[in-house]
Amino acid sequence: MSQATLTPAPATHWSDPKRYLWLLGPAIPVIGGGMLVAYWQTQAAWTLWFAVALVHVILPVLDFVFGEDAANPPDSALQALDNDRYYSWVLYAFVPLQIGVTILGAWMAATLDMPWYHMLGLAISVGIVNGVAINTAHELGHKKDKLDRWLARISLAPTFYGHFFVEHNRGHHKNVATPEDPASSRFGETFWAFWPRTVMGSLRSSWHLEAERLQRFNKGVWSTENENLQSWGMSVVLFGGLLAVLGWAALPFLIIQAIYGFSLLEVVNYLEHYGLLRRKNADGRYERCQPEHSWNSNHTVTNLFLYHLQRHSDHHANPTRRYQTLRHFDDSPQLPSGYAGMITLAYFPPLWFALMNKRVVRHYKGDLSRISFQPGKREALMAKYKSYADEVRAQQG
Amino acid sequence: MKYRCPNCDHVYDEAQGEPHEGFPPGTLWSQIPDDWSCPGCAVRDKVDFELVSDAG
Repeated sequence: MSQATLTPAPATHWSDPKRYLWLLGPAIPVIGGGMLVAYWQTQAAWTLWFAVALVHVILPVLDFVFGEDAANPPDSALQALDNDRYYSWVLYAFVPLQIGVTILGAWMAATLDMPWYHMLGLAISVGIVNGVAINTAHELGHKKDKLDRWLARISLAPTFYGHFFVEHNRGHHKNVATPEDPASSRFGETFWAFWPRTVMGSLRSSWHLEAERLQRFNKGVWSTENENLQSWGMSVVLFGGLLAVLGWAALPFLIIQAIYGFSLLEVVNYLEHYGLLRRKNADGRYERCQPEHSWNSNHTVTNLFLYHLQRHSDHHANPTRRYQTLRHFDDSPQLPSGYAGMITLAYFPPLWFALMNKRVVRHYKGDLSRISFQPGKREALMAKYKSYADEVRAQQG
Repeated sequence: MKYRCPNCDHVYDEAQGEPHEGFPPGTLWSQIPDDWSCPGCAVRDKVDFELVSDAG
């Protein structure tokens, strides 16, 4: 931000009302770890399913109860807010806590005698912590500081998703809301169809991005400078270390928690750009990413757990902006609830379509040609929504 | 010569290059592919960058 330097008078007494609430972010691995310890001490089954209830039931209810917060910090406070290292420490704290939970979970899986359904709860609980960690890694990976970038990659290690570090900044941000982006979902695409497309597509894209970059150095993809290989190497070290100490019994746990974790990231990807499309200019380039190309939510509680991830339009406009300074835009499209509730809906396509499809049509003011359709379903969907689209256009007056 | 991304103010300095991206120091702007996206934000591409005037 280039601003004239003000004299260091007390320009504003604005203080961030959310300052200490941001501790809810690193509270996720603390709660996760707490539940694991509780199970270890009591063998009470509910402790292993609490994390699932938190994400799918408790958070949506809290979002509903506490509602939305569209407040932005005043411009005069932004520089100080951006420079305040407290917010970075809140972010950094997540990573060692998350790794600790992973190690504890692996130890419990390999050591404690538990029925398979408890094992499943354990793996999913840790998967949720490591899946939410991908959001932490997302924030960290967008920064230029070496410490932040290294912590991002460590945070991605437990889900074996280190390639996200490459693909997200250089692939997704470049191609968002275009058919070229595997992580942008299409109108009429179910989450279950999206999952293989985004998982494989993001993997392929991250591989090509590194291949292209390394080629400029005249290095091959198998170079030790391949950032995907480096990041996956961290996962191999983590998994390998745990297996060496704990034995193969830890492997099913590790696999399940990794898949559940990165799938949580992918269902959030699904929510964020559903049906939205950047138009191609006359010169063949896509229009610049605007606020209208991301779905947002101002629901306060989920925003606090996810470092303002839901203020997605500002994030895409300004990817290097720190989470504590992200702003709400009035003209950015809004989801009907926070991400937590939308995740549950996404798992049930008829519910998702019932809630979201007309919202997309309204967002484009009834112009169906603006929508990013699932290939193969375009004609059928345009026919299905034609009368609603006509209604919406008529209402525009 | 220096060029700035109009979205995030990331500056490409020909003298320094962008070594991590594969452009060693001294790589001229004209040698960089048109579709190279800004390493800071990826919102804008090389063709969008603006020349930074050497006003000191």
